Amino acid sequence: MSMFKIFDTAATGMSAQSLRLNLVASNMANADSVSSSIDQTYRARQPVFRAMLDQANADTPAVGVKMAGVVESQAPLVKEYSPDHPLADDKGYIFRPNVNMVEEMANMMSASRSYQSNAEVASAAKQLLMATLRMGQ
Amino acid sequence: MNFDDAFGTHPQALMLRARRSEVIASNLANADTPGYKARDFDFHQLLKRETEGSVRVLTTHQRHIQPDNGMIPPAQMLYRTPMQPSLDGNTVDTEQEHTAFSANSMEYQASLSFLNGKISGLRKAIRGD
Repeated sequence: MSMFKIFDTAATGMSAQSLRLNLVASNMANADSVSSSIDQTYRARQPVFRAMLDQANADTPAVGVKMAGVVESQAPLVKEYSPDHPLADDKGYIFRPNVNMVEEMANMMSASRSYQSNAEVASAAKQLLMATLRMGQ
Repeated sequence: MNFDDAFGTHPQALMLRARRSEVIASNLANADTPGYKARDFDFHQLLKRETEGSVRVLTTHQRHIQPDNGMIPPAQMLYRTPMQPSLDGNTVDTEQEHTAFSANSMEYQASLSFLNGKISGLRKAIRGD
């Protein structure tokens, strides 16, 4: 029965969105993790989604979504002159992560909405399947 | 009355509705995938094809393959025309897909209740009560 595939599709959508939400949480938690060198500073992480295609015949519609990877933001880090800071380097600079709070908030809302819509699809599919199982009774 | 066509087009309609809800579920799962193109198919055209032109092949050996009726031919799988193009090339309009999904679910349930009516009618005829 092909209707069971909807659950798989919705599940891939939900897991991808929850990973995205996880990355948002990580970015926001580390928004103020300062460090004393450019290499050690936290950079905002973003997920890369890719449509999951049917292996047997690639021409048919996608069967879900998958996380192709996580990329680190290439936006410049914030360099701040603060010689009193305990983590300041020998020139008196500290480095702040390139996390954009506004962007992350918007990202969080988008992820939770998408998660909700996938959850709704799964519950609608469940109702339809239950009705189908009761057919003829 | 023949049992084979007692149900009319409803079994095929139900199967196509289930397939369509699968396609729309996939569109919704990929609502944030860059470059993903939303897909759908023309239900009426495919139902016509299923009911009029579907050819049943006689299978006399276990390795004979019956053409799969559940498969939508790739040429019939269309792409949705985007109303608001987005910068990342994604053409999924979540609202449109949601509406299509719930309309499709309603129509699935309509087919299901037609089938239920037919089944209870047949059962009544068999029992004679």
